[in-house]
Amino acid sequence: MKPDSVVRSTCPYCGVGCQVLLYVKDERIMRIDAPFDAAPNYGRLCVKGRFGTDYVHHPDRLTTPLIRRNLTAPRPGRRVAATGPEDWRAASWEEALDLVADRLLALRAAYGPDSITANACAKATNEDNYLLQKLLRQLIGTNNIDHCARLCHAGSVAGLQLAIGSSAMSNSIAEMKALECFMVIGSNTAETHPVIATFLKQAVHKNHATLIVVDPRQTEMTRHAALWLRQKPGTDTALFNAMAQVVVQEQLVNTDFVARRTEGFEHYVESLAGKTPEWAEGITGVPAEKIRRAARLYATASAAAMYWGMGISQSTHGTDNTLTLTNLALLCGQVGRPGTGLNPLRGQNNVQGCSDAGGLPGFYTAYQPVTDEAVRRGFEEAWRVPLPGRPGLTTTEMVDGILTGQVKGWYVMGENPLMSEPNLRHAQHAVEQLDFFVAQDIFFNESNVYADVILPAAGFAEKDGTYTNSDRRVQRGRVALAPPGQARADWEIISDLARRLIRRMGAAAAADGRPNPFHGAHGDALLAQWSYGRPEEVWEEMRRVTPEFWGITYQRLEREGGVHWPCPQVDHPGTPYLFVEEFPSGRGRFWPVEFGTESELPDTAYPFTLSTGRVLYHWHGGTMTRVSVLDAIWPECTVELHPHDAARLGLEMGDWVEVASRRGAITARLLVTGRSPEGTVFIPFHFAEAAANVLTDNRLDARAKIPDYKVCSVRVERAVAPPAAQDAGLALTARGAIKDPVVA
Amino acid sequence: MQNPTPLATVSFTLDGQAVDAPAGSTILDAARAAGVEVPTLCYHPNLTANAVCRLCVVEVAGARTLQPACVAMVQPGMTVETASERVNTARRVILELLASTVDLHDAPEILEQVERSGADVDRFAGGRRRAFDLMDDNPFYVRDYAQCVMCWRCIQVCAEDVQYTFALTWGGRGLGSHVTTFFEEDLPDTTCVFCGNCVAVCPTGALKGKVEFAMEEGLV
Repeated sequence: MKPDSVVRSTCPYCGVGCQVLLYVKDERIMRIDAPFDAAPNYGRLCVKGRFGTDYVHHPDRLTTPLIRRNLTAPRPGRRVAATGPEDWRAASWEEALDLVADRLLALRAAYGPDSITANACAKATNEDNYLLQKLLRQLIGTNNIDHCARLCHAGSVAGLQLAIGSSAMSNSIAEMKALECFMVIGSNTAETHPVIATFLKQAVHKNHATLIVVDPRQTEMTRHAALWLRQKPGTDTALFNAMAQVVVQEQLVNTDFVARRTEGFEHYVESLAGKTPEWAEGITGVPAEKIRRAARLYATASAAAMYWGMGISQSTHGTDNTLTLTNLALLCGQVGRPGTGLNPLRGQNNVQGCSDAGGLPGFYTAYQPVTDEAVRRGFEEAWRVPLPGRPGLTTTEMVDGILTGQVKGWYVMGENPLMSEPNLRHAQHAVEQLDFFVAQDIFFNESNVYADVILPAAGFAEKDGTYTNSDRRVQRGRVALAPPGQARADWEIISDLARRLIRRMGAAAAADGRPNPFHGAHGDALLAQWSYGRPEEVWEEMRRVTPEFWGITYQRLEREGGVHWPCPQVDHPGTPYLFVEEFPSGRGRFWPVEFGTESELPDTAYPFTLSTGRVLYHWHGGTMTRVSVLDAIWPECTVELHPHDAARLGLEMGDWVEVASRRGAITARLLVTGRSPEGTVFIPFHFAEAAANVLTDNRLDARAKIPDYKVCSVRVERAVAPPAAQDAGLALTARGAIKDPVVA
Repeated sequence: MQNPTPLATVSFTLDGQAVDAPAGSTILDAARAAGVEVPTLCYHPNLTANAVCRLCVVEVAGARTLQPACVAMVQPGMTVETASERVNTARRVILELLASTVDLHDAPEILEQVERSGADVDRFAGGRRRAFDLMDDNPFYVRDYAQCVMCWRCIQVCAEDVQYTFALTWGGRGLGSHVTTFFEEDLPDTTCVFCGNCVAVCPTGALKGKVEFAMEEGLV
């Protein structure tokens, strides 16, 4: 069928940032293909990108601003979910945004700027996120802005910042197929970054690369591995310390690299004393000889790279996990050249960009610290107001900030924290205490039903802008469809709200006689600043305040398809791999790490270790994929349990089980499989009716503030009765796509 | 990675013109670089060439048979004709045979080749046609193997050219040969991960996303 138009854009799902061609016919996406000649995916897509974007046409899309009826009712502590149509009334943009502006300013006046927090969005564009953090910093006067990167790669970011001063993926996706040796660590790549996985598999089979997989869970990647180290959950630091000990012991250290590029070597080597493979075997369960082989393969390869995922980061010792990886890479000099590198695989299509755009409590664009006096001066000049110098709250701290009374108002753009935060009952209890809650989204979700105002946003196919993928490639998103009803692009909504805030604050100055920067000619200048006509104008401003973005223009993106930042000049080619000559912190630093755990450990009451994660067919909190055709192939939550454990408990495939932790319980169906080791339960976190994060623990990594999503303790028992309206689900014995029950 | 050493160049004659191409080029690559269009069907620039369809054959002086340009390498001093009478006849017959057995209504590129070559689509009419029922066994795409020209692309992307999933394979023999799954299982019961990379490379309407299919059939 001939389309009316074909629009090149960026896939809305994972951090690979696949380029897509949207074939539009009669205002519908009828087909999605990928350009065969364009990086990063060269024509390849996965099931989510190719078939799973039908959610944009779903009848449940939000089409008009909504205001909670009986607004005075949700007093702090009594806020309840408004889930019925009778709980909401449609409002004009005028009314809704006036209300938001008034309420935010009332909170600001009563409790100060830091009583307001915001969640930026790893699915929104760079421009959307830049404007939201600008609104918070410039107009509210707080650095309380963060996003879900806190819940995924905060451990990687903190560790990489300490070791080398940069948290970006150091090498490009394009290098993958030419790899010689690489480790995949705590990453279920074939399900979470399916297109990257195709290039990694290609490296193994076409380039004869040596793949070492480190993961407690058997994934598709383990089938392609030369060596699979199956450590016990939460024992990563012992394993990597032992690999480093082997490298030192067997004199495989890259002494030239260590001398030229690193510091802290002597002290670090001392810390490895006694951390032998035999010592690590006792902790990790990985045979010492396998640890030796892995260390030798990695150290002696002429180029070796590391790719890791949530298994490293989502831990109370996520920072330590990352540091043991950076230590190993520095020791072997496996960074700064093609085919080497330290590569955290980013989750969302714009989680890199949202962080780059300043959606973090401690940083403006491109990781310019808010605590740096000179940097702050620069932004004060550009934004023409004094700016706060103290870093704001992280998302995980926001929840506790509500409970201590510091946080009163919450602005959530495109996130669903009541699916993605750990210990959901605790998070829900916090949300109930809010004075004011505004959400901006494309659907109702488990979080925004607690809001006072919901602002309907445009989806990925309905707006222009840029996204930055996992390997720092800035790429375009383009309008293919009109947004439904009155929905508007996030950048438009934020700009409109900003202008209302400025006018109100200016008027307040005129009324009470106390001058402020929003008044008079200065206020007019700020209004003019916020009169963006299109995302390109926002990007132009981002370039001006960010030297490392300066070389990237929309014109270049049009011509080249994408450019890797840092890119300081318009004739600069971009930077596909980093740290050739030096690290941003100068020398790479070794950090001694002692094995320990702050995680909840199994005991007789809660004898299993729960690990959460994802499946190929769903996305995070499910807001998009549960209203997509994808839900047809994987319609329900599955609890993965080892066959031996199932046999001990007298349970069989498809049985309804209750899984309980100290924090809550869920009921779901059992998938008996040897994918996870004995004593471990795996549950994907996509399913609201059996939300895995009801079970997870909200204890945090001290430095990264990331929760322990991969380790907490649960018990499993036969459910008394299947949940109402859920007993007609997929029969797991006729598995369909819910397959691969690995035989133990 | 070092800079690749400059490649040796091979000189040969293409349709009467002297042409230089890097050693190791296929005749197809060399011809396209020289601006000479050679028609293809199963060939796809991102996939391994298998010379299944034979539409790209060219005449190489001294060779007994016509050579598939997508896999035959250029050789120093060779003389290649891309549109000789023998080549054109072969292409016409290939297209006429295809048209006699396969439903080509949704294969615009092949229909264009038919048009251009002057093939008579009714030349072998009345013989047996490839007949398969529409297969609708998953939420994402349908398979209509009556439209399949057996180009091999879907099997390749599912295997070592992209996905390493190996859900698709050949089944049957002769006119009954067709693309299928192992043990003819429905796709959800195979290793298929529904990436749809097979749909993307299908040159006909044999593999089609369900939304597009439903829109064409007027079902939505």
